[in-house]
Amino acid sequence: MGREVAESCVDGVVMEMVAAYCGRFYASKPELAARRIEAIGFQVGHQLTERYTMERPRFSDHLEAIKFICKDFWSELFKKQIDNLKTNHRGTFVLQDNHFRWLTRVSIDPSVESIDANENDSTSLGDSAAQTTSMLLYFPCGIIRGALTNLGIACSVTADMSNLPACSFVVRIKT
Amino acid sequence: MPPPTAPKSGDALFASVERVNAELFTLTYGAIVRQLLTDLEEVEEVNKQLDQMGYNIGTRLVDEFLAKSNVSRCADFKETADVIAKLGFKMFLGVTATVTNWDAEGTSCSFVLEDNPLVDFVELPDTCQGLQYCNVLSGVIRGALEMVSMKTEVTWVRDMLRGDDAYEMRVKLTKQVPEEYPYKDDD
Repeated sequence: MGREVAESCVDGVVMEMVAAYCGRFYASKPELAARRIEAIGFQVGHQLTERYTMERPRFSDHLEAIKFICKDFWSELFKKQIDNLKTNHRGTFVLQDNHFRWLTRVSIDPSVESIDANENDSTSLGDSAAQTTSMLLYFPCGIIRGALTNLGIACSVTADMSNLPACSFVVRIKT
Repeated sequence: MPPPTAPKSGDALFASVERVNAELFTLTYGAIVRQLLTDLEEVEEVNKQLDQMGYNIGTRLVDEFLAKSNVSRCADFKETADVIAKLGFKMFLGVTATVTNWDAEGTSCSFVLEDNPLVDFVELPDTCQGLQYCNVLSGVIRGALEMVSMKTEVTWVRDMLRGDDAYEMRVKLTKQVPEEYPYKDDD
């Protein structure tokens, strides 16, 4: 086992990064904030794969690479594997984590929470929570895209969180 | 009332929290710093944002620390500093700091880190002169202490990324706010 730090450290910097980009830098331009958060994830995924694949032969096909992401890569990051992998055999893969750690651990920005609590408006709380969560998910989407890009697979990655705390990542390979 | 529990040791504390591989933390922080440098352009502004992020993180980590460490109220700033160095750093980063260089009044001291997981694999290019890479750590200390009524100024004195032999942050207690009860509603 390599070096470890408390999970709260990762949660803290990720949450603050999302809060900074969505609240302080690009408050009125969520699509720009999303792109930056994704870019940060991309870099992390790219560098992590570099380290994790150093002593391993090249993957023979796309499915092998995706399986590596589901098993080894996910285990390094979240101490569990992806629970379910589906594919249409035409370049789309759906990776489902039934209990995605960052959605179960990470709480909503307290300032947002308290504003909503004062207004006593459950709809807006739901909205802002969903908004924060969807912004947060650009980060793991970026990580997956960065990892696959480093393995030579150009793709786009989106997240589907319609079944919380399960989360699905949809990988579409570019042809 | 349950009987008071003895404070945990640093090792026991670190063993009791959920942990993740440090590479994820280090690389994530590195990627954030790099993106901030691209987006904000001014190094000074990046330093400020890193400190702000740290401050916000610190205000939350202190709750987790108090809840898990069983530390009771510290008698003075000296004891507080020791608790942070031995238990606080250990619980979150898995390393301990040394407290040194106390001034005569006992209101400022240094935390010295010889091992700092935040900077594994980091090298600063020449274009990043002036970047306080570890500002998130000083921010965390400032934020956490403010939550326990101690206003501090935290500055970096030594930085291995700049060729020093260790990381040293100077913590100066500027104001100790007496806790008031009951809290006012509008606080």
